[in-house]
Amino acid sequence: MVMKITLGGVSKPHSSKNMKTGDWGTEYPVVDEEKCTACKACEYLCPDACIVVVEKDDKKVAVPDYEYCKGCGVCFSVCPADAIRMELKEIYKLEVC
Amino acid sequence: MRKVVRGFYSIAYSVKLCRPNVIAAYPITPQTEIVENLASMYANGELGECEYVTAESEFGAASILVGASAAGARTFTATCSQGLILMSEVLINAAGMRLPIVLVNTNRALSAPLSIWNDHQDSMILRDAGLMQIHVESNQEAHDMVPVAFKVAENHKVMLPFMINMDGYKLTHAYEPIDLLDQETIDEFLPSYDPPVYMTTKNPLTFGSYAPPQYYAEFRVVMQNAMDRARKELENAYKEWAEITGRDWGGHVVAENVEDAELVAIAMGSLTGMVRDVVSELRTQGKKVGLLKIRTLRPFPIEEVRKALKNAEKILVFERAVSFGHEGPVGMEVKSACFGLTPEFYSFAVGLGGRDIPREEIVKIIGNVYEGKVEQGFHFGTVKPFEEVIV
Amino acid sequence: MVSILIEVRFHGRGGQGVVTAADILAVAGFKDGYYTLSFPTFGAEKRGTPVASFLRLSDKPIVSRDEIYYPDYVVVMDPTVIGPVKVEAGLKAEGRLIANYPKGSEDLKREMGWDFEVYTINATKMAMEHLGRPITNTAMVGAFVGATNVIKLESLLETIEEWFTNKELAEKNLKLVKEAYEYMRKVCGW
Repeated sequence: MVMKITLGGVSKPHSSKNMKTGDWGTEYPVVDEEKCTACKACEYLCPDACIVVVEKDDKKVAVPDYEYCKGCGVCFSVCPADAIRMELKEIYKLEVC
Repeated sequence: MRKVVRGFYSIAYSVKLCRPNVIAAYPITPQTEIVENLASMYANGELGECEYVTAESEFGAASILVGASAAGARTFTATCSQGLILMSEVLINAAGMRLPIVLVNTNRALSAPLSIWNDHQDSMILRDAGLMQIHVESNQEAHDMVPVAFKVAENHKVMLPFMINMDGYKLTHAYEPIDLLDQETIDEFLPSYDPPVYMTTKNPLTFGSYAPPQYYAEFRVVMQNAMDRARKELENAYKEWAEITGRDWGGHVVAENVEDAELVAIAMGSLTGMVRDVVSELRTQGKKVGLLKIRTLRPFPIEEVRKALKNAEKILVFERAVSFGHEGPVGMEVKSACFGLTPEFYSFAVGLGGRDIPREEIVKIIGNVYEGKVEQGFHFGTVKPFEEVIV
Repeated sequence: MVSILIEVRFHGRGGQGVVTAADILAVAGFKDGYYTLSFPTFGAEKRGTPVASFLRLSDKPIVSRDEIYYPDYVVVMDPTVIGPVKVEAGLKAEGRLIANYPKGSEDLKREMGWDFEVYTINATKMAMEHLGRPITNTAMVGAFVGATNVIKLESLLETIEEWFTNKELAEKNLKLVKEAYEYMRKVCGW
């Protein structure tokens, strides 16, 4: 395939949307919706805008986007309500050998 | 003491032993860990009388050092790429003010497009700035050249800023055994800084005063003279270093197998080792090839380069930068040294923006030039097929 | 005199200690009297991205700083990069691939259609048992030494002990390295 070199390295927006990074991490965040106070600390501090507070069953809670979350754990470490835990992905739990 | 350390540390450790008075820096990849190491040494009280200032930008860092150096301090900073370019306004002033600031540039490509990877475009843009510039091949050489830089920069016959260029990532991130210097060796080699002129609050001075047309040119003549004297002083410092440490990195250039060489390959920086290796292999196959490693870029060692190339039929320069609208900058320098000689001339810009330079590429380029399969002049190394589009 | 040059490439994901693995072996190899050089691929240094690192060991000073295209050994720290990343690229015919993989060596060879020497170890499981975290680099350096004999186990253990300033962590990693080493020796039938 011939590379396309755009004038001035111009690119169209949303090209990073095609780059699904959700399979990168070894761990993923799980939100305890009971404990979540919707304070948005995780939303503000997520380096990839992968966790946002949304309305869900009349309550506001943080919801991670697993398609893009790289499992860095920032949300887990900044949550003041202890509502986020990091879980090991299934692939790393395999018990054969 | 020989220890396995990363490139960053080999620089930071050497800087520490040089007993700097002021370090000011702003982080930029791949320089960051040099100043991180220095900052933690400072925090741990290992830097003695030194002040470490975290600047708000590279422009700020260089400006702080201009002030500190004018006040008689031994000064150090490290940067690269966009950071170096942002510093350039101040560094060019520092050269004119004859302030012996030492900096390490961890060579990195320039934007745009954004690249954090290695080539020599950044330092090449400062060729005419009045800074002394050298390129190092290994982390050991980088480690060894920091005291040399301070010694020559602060030499009263010179008094100019000194920039050590080391390839970003290829050297900075490499983890390898280094003979770490000891304090006695450095103290023996490098006296404390004795500024010929410096300002204090009681004794205020202006550095780099206003020079109308009737004065300006003479200041530039004096700078050029200082660079000319730096040739000798730097060479002496290289020699003295070899005597004291037993590690002889050579003079301004290192010429190997050039006497009877039909082709001389020219390289600078971390690529040199591999080019040397390929050249020695070709020698064992009976091919008449030689290597010229250029260590000092400013002042440019015109005599040494000419001497090394006087018998060459073909000259091949491995460039790591481009002077757009002309050719590779090292080739231009080399040609000026060869004025009146009539070798064939070839240059290849390789490894731009950190593209890895496999041994095969070097073997292929040298082979093709040796066998006369390439046209003379400037070429780009391996480039993929592409088409230009608007978006 | 024939000079020795051993080239190793490590694959994994950022945050798993892929760079540290090469570094640890560079120190251990240095203790054995080799000249060593290790360096990472230089990309986005983010947790989770597929990354590689490189190690050269030689009895002569190492001058080549290019990436390793024809490795003698490949070490895979993360089973999920096998496939998406062509980890076996350029592996010499007599080379060996040592992988962190939850199944046996023959299973991996069959699944990937590989016909060179492959040795697997469930390093993630071992790391979880000893460290409680899926950081597999120390297990994999133990496995590498067990499968290749390139570096002495004593030199590796000495390096691990110096590497971790935290005594407790050092102890846990020493145990992990030894277990991975012993396991690999059995797998390889030494």
